[in-house]
Amino acid sequence: MRPLFKFHGGVHPPTHKVESTRTPIARAALPSKLVIPLHQHVGNRAVPTVQVGERVLKGQIIGRPEGRLSSAVHASTSGTVSAIDMQVVAHFSGLPDLCVTLIPDGKDEWFPHSGVDYKQTAHSELRQRLRDAGIVGLGGAVFPSDMKSYSHKHKIKTLVLNGAECEPYITCDDLLMRERARDILRGAEVLRELLYAEEVLIGIEDNKPEAIAAMRQAVLDDGHGHMEVIAVPTLYPGGGAKQLIRVLTGIEVAAGVRSTEMGVQCFNVATAYCAWRAITFGEPLLARIVTVTGNVERAQNFEVLLGTPVEELVAQAGAKPDTYKHIMGGPMMGVDLPSASVGVTKATNCIIEAAQSAFPPPEPAMPCIRCARCADVCPAELQPQDLYWFAKSKDFGKTQEFSLFDCIECGACAYVCPSHIPLVQYYRFAKSEIWQREKEQQAAELARERHDFRQQRIEREKQEKAERLAQKERAALAAKPPAPAPLPVAAPAADLDNTLQMRVDADIARSNMQMRIDAAAARAKEQATAEQPKNTDALTPQQQAEIAEIEARRAKFHEIASHSGADDESPKHS
Amino acid sequence: MWSSPFITTPTSVSQIMLRVLIALIPGIALYVWYFGAAILVSLALASITALVTEAVMLKLRNRPIKPFLSDNSALITAWLLALSIPALAPWWLVVVGTAFGIVVAKHLYGGLGNNLFNPAMIGYAVLIISFPGHMTHWISPQELASTGLSFAEQLNYIFNGVLPAASALDAYTMATPLDTLKTQLHLGLSVEAIRDMPIFGYLGGKGGEIVAIGFAIGGIYLLLTRVINWVIPSVYLGTLFAIAAIFHLADPTHYVAPLFHLFSGAAILGAFFIYTDPIGSPTTRKGQIIYAAGAALLTFLIRAFGGFPDGVAFAALLMNICVPLIDAYTTPAVFGKKGARK
Ligand code: SF4
Ligand code: SF4
Repeated sequence: MRPLFKFHGGVHPPTHKVESTRTPIARAALPSKLVIPLHQHVGNRAVPTVQVGERVLKGQIIGRPEGRLSSAVHASTSGTVSAIDMQVVAHFSGLPDLCVTLIPDGKDEWFPHSGVDYKQTAHSELRQRLRDAGIVGLGGAVFPSDMKSYSHKHKIKTLVLNGAECEPYITCDDLLMRERARDILRGAEVLRELLYAEEVLIGIEDNKPEAIAAMRQAVLDDGHGHMEVIAVPTLYPGGGAKQLIRVLTGIEVAAGVRSTEMGVQCFNVATAYCAWRAITFGEPLLARIVTVTGNVERAQNFEVLLGTPVEELVAQAGAKPDTYKHIMGGPMMGVDLPSASVGVTKATNCIIEAAQSAFPPPEPAMPCIRCARCADVCPAELQPQDLYWFAKSKDFGKTQEFSLFDCIECGACAYVCPSHIPLVQYYRFAKSEIWQREKEQQAAELARERHDFRQQRIEREKQEKAERLAQKERAALAAKPPAPAPLPVAAPAADLDNTLQMRVDADIARSNMQMRIDAAAARAKEQATAEQPKNTDALTPQQQAEIAEIEARRAKFHEIASHSGADDESPKHS
Repeated sequence: MWSSPFITTPTSVSQIMLRVLIALIPGIALYVWYFGAAILVSLALASITALVTEAVMLKLRNRPIKPFLSDNSALITAWLLALSIPALAPWWLVVVGTAFGIVVAKHLYGGLGNNLFNPAMIGYAVLIISFPGHMTHWISPQELASTGLSFAEQLNYIFNGVLPAASALDAYTMATPLDTLKTQLHLGLSVEAIRDMPIFGYLGGKGGEIVAIGFAIGGIYLLLTRVINWVIPSVYLGTLFAIAAIFHLADPTHYVAPLFHLFSGAAILGAFFIYTDPIGSPTTRKGQIIYAAGAALLTFLIRAFGGFPDGVAFAALLMNICVPLIDAYTTPAVFGKKGARK
């Protein structure tokens, strides 16, 4: 037996998984319309490539990836584009985003597509195919998979395949592993190839014996020599990428560090499955498995076309009338959907129909009694009560000193807090405030730099008339920032693939891109500032949306602060 | 619309505090059995005072009254204080102590969760400093009192200060075993000779040791229901035992056996109910160990060398002061960064 490792803390919320595992995955009915957001992944929003009124075929690209960190979006079935506009999307900010609305024609007519034999295909082409097929992390983190399947910088020893599925209620990976284990493993084999990984460790929580058996059988059947299926203890958030890597390999990937630097990469089982379909059959990501559970007659898993309105999906499971909210994801990290009309996205692993009885509104918060129950369960080994204290008193410097950005927002602390303090909300608030301040600071720096630069230029113009033209060009180049990569705040991280890690990845990708663009113009200068792209002056709609979102969250925070009036104000640590 | 997590454990502050109150009941029952019902009067007086002052302070501070009054924390302060002072004391003594604890130590510091000191221990400290005379009249265990006071006579004393004709308070009360030990040692008696006096039982003082066992039973209930964790009680009692053992082995004529320390005074009550108060104790495991060990050391030093009969309350207050410092120095390294931080 392989020795397993432990991570600190963790909780055992009631799992509620049995309800939705009694029947096999069902194919959801073709909906009346599909509302497909163009931004379902971490990175830049895809750019629409179709017109209103245009007929599209199933699998046809309707949004092409923009920039390096982005992913393609496809028509989930054949039909007519009826609108390309801002719509409410499955995101907790409740803010609209650009969506393509498609009216299906019922023919389900495929766009011509074909696959390749991965063994005969160059890795660069395989990655390109993943990108064009819109393959992103399906555990909920939706990070573009092509960007995660490089290994040229670091030697990767272990590919961790995440089938832990630690969040209560969610069973989509469980069912997928039970029913489609062989394709999952074949996909894992492709990813292993891309990473040149030596071994594949497949971690599944031990409350899924059927899935473990099916996966083990598939390993034997197809003779996957490098693979091992490992039952890990059921403990939330054991399915977080960092926690699972820790349990399986003993390696702790600190916040801000990429697991590849430590020789490990992690993919979700559903991602591996879709990667296999994309490479071998040329099938883009058009549908995903969604658990529909909670306050419904027949909780079960559906294979759902992306863009299917949530209300049409839950109706097929027999939604009951007293549902008062729709949660996307699990009860620990999910998102309270702003509306039931939003379309299912690549991040939608589960819809919980919530009734008051199972999900009563939060109780009024009491003051922190320093009982340290939160610290006992925190998998990141933080001191949540201190973070809360500093976030509440808006001492953001201190929150960072106490490793706020190591918080994976798993919610374990708030789950156990006897004072019912919405701890995670405070952490999100503090994070967004800090990001906002950084942005403002960057804007100020940019203004100052520009001023200096202009002075310099005037000076030089006097002296070197001959070079004036070239210098103007340089100024123009330096003043035109590259398209910014959005913060992954937008990713509803239902799976625990660390949002921060994605942010770092995004940052790195963004820096790389910027360096390339700027290299010709002002290499030395740009290298010094490559880590901080100066882009605050040219706000894209995406950024504006983000700022609006942060504003919305601030407003929400103030609301919480005033509602949790039971809470107290006078400082203790001062 | 609220954000994740959407579920929480059913544990609440008031439920935790209620369990603490429940856990005090076995000790209180044994107290009544051995020393009479006067303690119930003290408990009632303290409770009423605590609730009234709590309500008034909440009102003055513009806080919602209902959630805080029902959080049971004021009752814990009241009960701990009542159990720490003599049951046969004038009514105003317990009222003043409780009110001081709630008003000054709790609310003037910012209310529940923000108080640096344990309010009950502050109340106790104020009383023992201001009214030392009243704080030494402990009722004798019933089997020792030549003529016990009836409950009605006890009430009459508490509220009117009147004793049955021609008797003095000293006829019904005595110094605590810890106090007796200290005074007799000063008089030059050996520990052995003192221990033979009738007020001592097998482990500690007669009666007192039984009450301590009652508190220990309650403490185990708190451990089992996970209201408290094992660190503070076990480190506290273990350290107290170890220090007392070292002194006892070195000089048995001047230092009592370690078990006597554990079962006398408020050591057991402190281990399970006072030092475990989350608000005044460190949040880190390492910090809790330091805190409990420090409290045990102080308890012993005050008992053996200090001017007060028992050291539990002062040790608590002194350690309360150190908590922010202890927490700051024992913050554990975060996930993935072991070795990176101090
Ligand atoms: S939400 Fe953050 S602070 Fe709370 S338990 Fe999870 S990682 Fe720790
Ligand atoms: S935040 Fe909640 S769980 Fe953490 S110490 Fe405070 S009261 Fe306890």
